[in-house]
Amino acid sequence: MATIEERQQEIISEFSMFDDWMQKYEYIIELGKDLPLLEEEKKSDDLLIKGCQSRVWLHADYANDGTIHFKADSDAIITKGLVSLVIRVLDGMPAKEIAQSDLHFVNDIGLSSHLSPTRSNGLASMIKQMKIYGLAKM
Amino acid sequence: MTTQDSIILPKAVDKLRDEFPILHQEVNGHPLVYLDNAATSQKPLSVVESITNYYLGYNANIHRGVHHLANLATEAFEKTRKKLAAFLNTPDQREIIFTSGTTDSINLVAQAWGRMNVHSGDEILVSMLEHHSNIVPWQMLAQEKGAVVRVIPITPKGEWDLTDLNQLVNAKTKIIAVNHVSNALGTINPIEILIAEAKKVGAKVLIDGAQSVVHFEVDVKALDCDFYCFSAHKLYGPTGVGVLYGKAEVLEAMAPYRGGGEMIHTVSFSGTTYNEIPHKFEAGTPNIEGIIAFGAAIDFATSLDKDFVQSHEHELLRYATEKLSSIEGLKIYGESENKVSVISFLVDGIHPYDLGTLLDHQGIAVRTGHHCTQPLMEHFGIPGTVRASFAVYNTIEEIDMLYNALLKAISMLK
Repeated sequence: MATIEERQQEIISEFSMFDDWMQKYEYIIELGKDLPLLEEEKKSDDLLIKGCQSRVWLHADYANDGTIHFKADSDAIITKGLVSLVIRVLDGMPAKEIAQSDLHFVNDIGLSSHLSPTRSNGLASMIKQMKIYGLAKM
Repeated sequence: MTTQDSIILPKAVDKLRDEFPILHQEVNGHPLVYLDNAATSQKPLSVVESITNYYLGYNANIHRGVHHLANLATEAFEKTRKKLAAFLNTPDQREIIFTSGTTDSINLVAQAWGRMNVHSGDEILVSMLEHHSNIVPWQMLAQEKGAVVRVIPITPKGEWDLTDLNQLVNAKTKIIAVNHVSNALGTINPIEILIAEAKKVGAKVLIDGAQSVVHFEVDVKALDCDFYCFSAHKLYGPTGVGVLYGKAEVLEAMAPYRGGGEMIHTVSFSGTTYNEIPHKFEAGTPNIEGIIAFGAAIDFATSLDKDFVQSHEHELLRYATEKLSSIEGLKIYGESENKVSVISFLVDGIHPYDLGTLLDHQGIAVRTGHHCTQPLMEHFGIPGTVRASFAVYNTIEEIDMLYNALLKAISMLK
């Protein structure tokens, strides 16, 4: 199985093929549309991570082997696409590795502005919450 | 628009844009189209220079100094008070209190007036169109005093629904606090009706003018409201300063709510006496450079031809409404006949955050989200809107750019 770092490198190399912002966002929007995410009834308030601009729901399952599986959703499609990338990197990874991960790929593919506090789209809070889930099982 | 206007207007706007260097830049490879003016306006050179001139030429603390620089600074500072009194049409400069902005002004009234005059069972009336700044200070007061905050409902067009006015304004009503113009929808509210109604029951009226003064003239004496407040930064001025106008007799009867220097007459451990208005409410060293620049902003605003501002903004709103309405699935929130140049909208099935992000990549600055009006968004059952707000320095070409960028964003998201 690929490591967190290998998964990030994979994404960085995928994004390096795009010539302009439109291709990049079209891809993110596709990811947002494609991802099978949370069913409506699972979008309960206790899974809700509040952002000022868009909302994110995050669901975590602890497996017996010490890994964590995530499912998430957002009401904004671009946030959803970004969420799906983060999940692709962290899903099924050991709790400790999730807690200690450095998700540099967001910056490397030129999307760090989506993590800035002014965006307040729920993405940064989601990553923080994922790490807390990791820490809890370390 | 007549043929003559269409020739004159672009030239006048071009000349005006020269005063705003910030507008002449590229964002993400596109010319900047700044349509977030309801959040904050851009600043003309004269305002920026007034801050520099103060720090390079006459920086000093005000009011108590005997030296030359302190005199210059005090004079410039107090000149803004004089300009604001004229701007709002009050002959009494003591009725002009400097604050840190609209929010601060509202909190001052809620605390200094409210704690003395609002009691258990009393009512405070706001409207569904209020910004959080004109809701939360009253909720805090109501909670402390056991008072009730009541809400004027709105029509589907985004106007006040005054059907039950007689019941909403009653003997228990102590203060009515409403905005002159809705920040989220742009509706110009008929505040005169509420002011007249308030007089019948002896209630005070506070008008949140944050979104009004940049668009049209306000005469507090003609309105006859008790309080009127706004921020400098939405009127070409700097952030961090604003004003509270209050009727002198109302202000005089209020106790100060912040203690410190400037607001005192004499201090001793056996008892302190307070300064006169307006200084009674201006504790501590104020934002001197901000208030001096506020004066420059007032000069700039009053130098603009009123008819030109009105006709140009009206044309921007009319044209933008026409263009945006032609987009399939686009719904405009706030359809009053009486609106300032603000358009709040959503596109079917598209989240405002997504639209805002893709517009930004095309150089278009708009605001997305709930605009600090969560109760209003909840009323409409939406997470927020995209808001394009136009200033006098915006152009018809910029609206075409917004329109084209929107079409591109929608085609990417659908």
